[in-house]
Amino acid sequence: MSELVALGKAGAAIRKANADGRGALVGYLPAGYPSYDGGIDGIKAMIDGGVDVIEIGLPYSDPVMDGPTIQRATEIARAAGLRTRDVLSTVEKVASYSDVPVLVMTYWNPIERYGVDRFAADFAGVGGAGLITPDLIPDEGAEWIAAADKNELDKVFLVSPSSTDERIKLTTAACRGFVYATAVMGVTGARETPSDLAPPLVERTKAVTGIPVGVGLGVSNGDQAAAIAAYADAVIVGSALVKAAADGPAAVRALTEELAEGVRREPSAAAGR
Amino acid sequence: MSTVLPDQLGHFGRFGGRFMPEALIAPLDELTKAWQEAMADKEFTDEFERMLREYIGAPSLLYDATRLSDVAGARILLKREDLNHTGAHKIRNAIGQALLTKRMGKTRVIAETGAGQHGVATATACAYLDLECVVYMGEVDTERQALNVARMKLLGAEVISVKTGSRTLKDAINEALRDWVASVDKTHYILGTAAGSHPFPAMVRDFVRGIGDEAREQSLELLGKLPDAAVASVGGGSNAIGLFAAFIPDTDVKLYGIEPGGDGFETGRHAATITAGQVGVLHGARSFLLQDEDGQTMESHSISAGLDYPGVGPEHAWLAETGRASYRPITDAEAMEAFRLLSRTEGIIPAIESAHAVAGALDIAKELGPEATILINLSGRGDKDMDTAVSWFGLIDGEAAGRE
Ligand SMILES: Cc1ncc(COP(=O)(O)O)c(C=O)c1O
Repeated sequence: MSELVALGKAGAAIRKANADGRGALVGYLPAGYPSYDGGIDGIKAMIDGGVDVIEIGLPYSDPVMDGPTIQRATEIARAAGLRTRDVLSTVEKVASYSDVPVLVMTYWNPIERYGVDRFAADFAGVGGAGLITPDLIPDEGAEWIAAADKNELDKVFLVSPSSTDERIKLTTAACRGFVYATAVMGVTGARETPSDLAPPLVERTKAVTGIPVGVGLGVSNGDQAAAIAAYADAVIVGSALVKAAADGPAAVRALTEELAEGVRREPSAAAGR
Repeated sequence: MSTVLPDQLGHFGRFGGRFMPEALIAPLDELTKAWQEAMADKEFTDEFERMLREYIGAPSLLYDATRLSDVAGARILLKREDLNHTGAHKIRNAIGQALLTKRMGKTRVIAETGAGQHGVATATACAYLDLECVVYMGEVDTERQALNVARMKLLGAEVISVKTGSRTLKDAINEALRDWVASVDKTHYILGTAAGSHPFPAMVRDFVRGIGDEAREQSLELLGKLPDAAVASVGGGSNAIGLFAAFIPDTDVKLYGIEPGGDGFETGRHAATITAGQVGVLHGARSFLLQDEDGQTMESHSISAGLDYPGVGPEHAWLAETGRASYRPITDAEAMEAFRLLSRTEGIIPAIESAHAVAGALDIAKELGPEATILINLSGRGDKDMDTAVSWFGLIDGEAAGRE
């Protein structure tokens, strides 16, 4: 019962992919990069390429969880004058383009400054599905949790290889949609070698929750996506798509198609179930 | 009241806490435990006190500044943190955290620095305790403070110039945090001020509170009573909380934090976070900060690199909100005037940070009257600021008659 509720919109899309015997693909691009309109075109290209869930980054002055690729992209967006309201209008345009759930990934202060309740209401109003909050832990999240529940928004918190089992339990209990498992101890950015920290983290997470587990940080191509889909419910890709976005929507679409093919390869965790 | 703060999760009222990536939560828990156990272990505290005494020269003098007092119109006492090894209060925190790093069995230290004072203190502590040391410093600051970069390198530290964001102190903190997420197994992050996420504000306060503990005892010895007011400059808040901590329960002692007013806070070019900022979250804690309508951090401005930070430690936000301490700005021009005044009346060239406290105390002296005794934390010496003084006063290219 409570499982059904905790799926939310993003979780339902992930479970639908899993029911088809494959991993789900979650794609990230920041709003406003390489330009306001270009950002929207890039996100639509991810949808056309086959993502199951969209993650739109809200550019922030102090992105401590991001590596150079996303830092630079969000600096470009901010330098061009991107505002929080432009992120909301980006969400609106993307949400009306398809049924793919649209999450926003944001550091906490811009939401607090906007007003947590007001943001939740406005965001739900433009068709947003929920927030991923990399620097908000559930322990500090009471106000967001209440506002999200009131507006039926997904709440995606993070677990990490350093998380204790107790914290994984506490964190997943607060999630709706999915839980974001960070595959490495580090910041965002494409990596060559697969993480050996991710599989045990996913195993520890699945031991305490039925909520879908998405794995992100460092995934950049179809092979890596296939490897992760073998043990996780969803594969999250960011920096590699941001790099592609510099070359325009066609490059984003091509990479998305490669990743979408990757999560469909046998054996996926879903196929094994 | 405040002695029992923060709570378990690091909250001072609605301020403080932990707004950090989950990856750092378990390490922060471990750090909290290690720090609390260390502070309860006499062997650790004895060793820390021995180092303060034998290596940095604590207790620092409490100096009765009679000529400055004549000008101020009230009795002024200076807590001479400028006489500490490396020239500022910052070494107390650096040594304390470096010793804790050893105790935790970690071998590598990272730190951020703006002016370079904390970077030099950390590089010194790491040389002294044989730890690997990497200091992050904004590219703008490495250019402004080339001499301190050289000092850190001489002490064996690696200095990494940060080229992202505004390329100043706040970006150096961001970059240090990014390093820490990836290296926390072997690395301790020696944050340089009483800010950031729990346990840093309380832990840094513990390591610098000797300033106020010593000054309180020295005041009783010298005056037979406590001073009427204690005054300190506020960047992130370590020298101020270090002075205040001992006096917080003494409600008759007024506490004043002096913020960097830059060109005047009505111009928008300042770093007066409590006076002119709003509540928000930055670098792991809720406090006051300089931010725009969208919650993006704004750049701060101060003639003093050590005060040039758009945030402030959460305990100061709490002391301000509860009214236990009051905070007010001093402009660049007022601070530089006090810088010269202290040099000429007492033969003490202060750090420009500390000159803000002196300037604030001159105003407070007028308000409290001639019977008052005012304790100032002279947090550092001014050698590092001579370039700034040279261009401000026109000291080398002939006489700047206008400013004489
Ligand atoms: C001499 C001196 N005083 C004050 C400060 C301000 O920092 P805090 O507010 O943490 O004491 C600095 C910072 O570099 C400093 O070097």
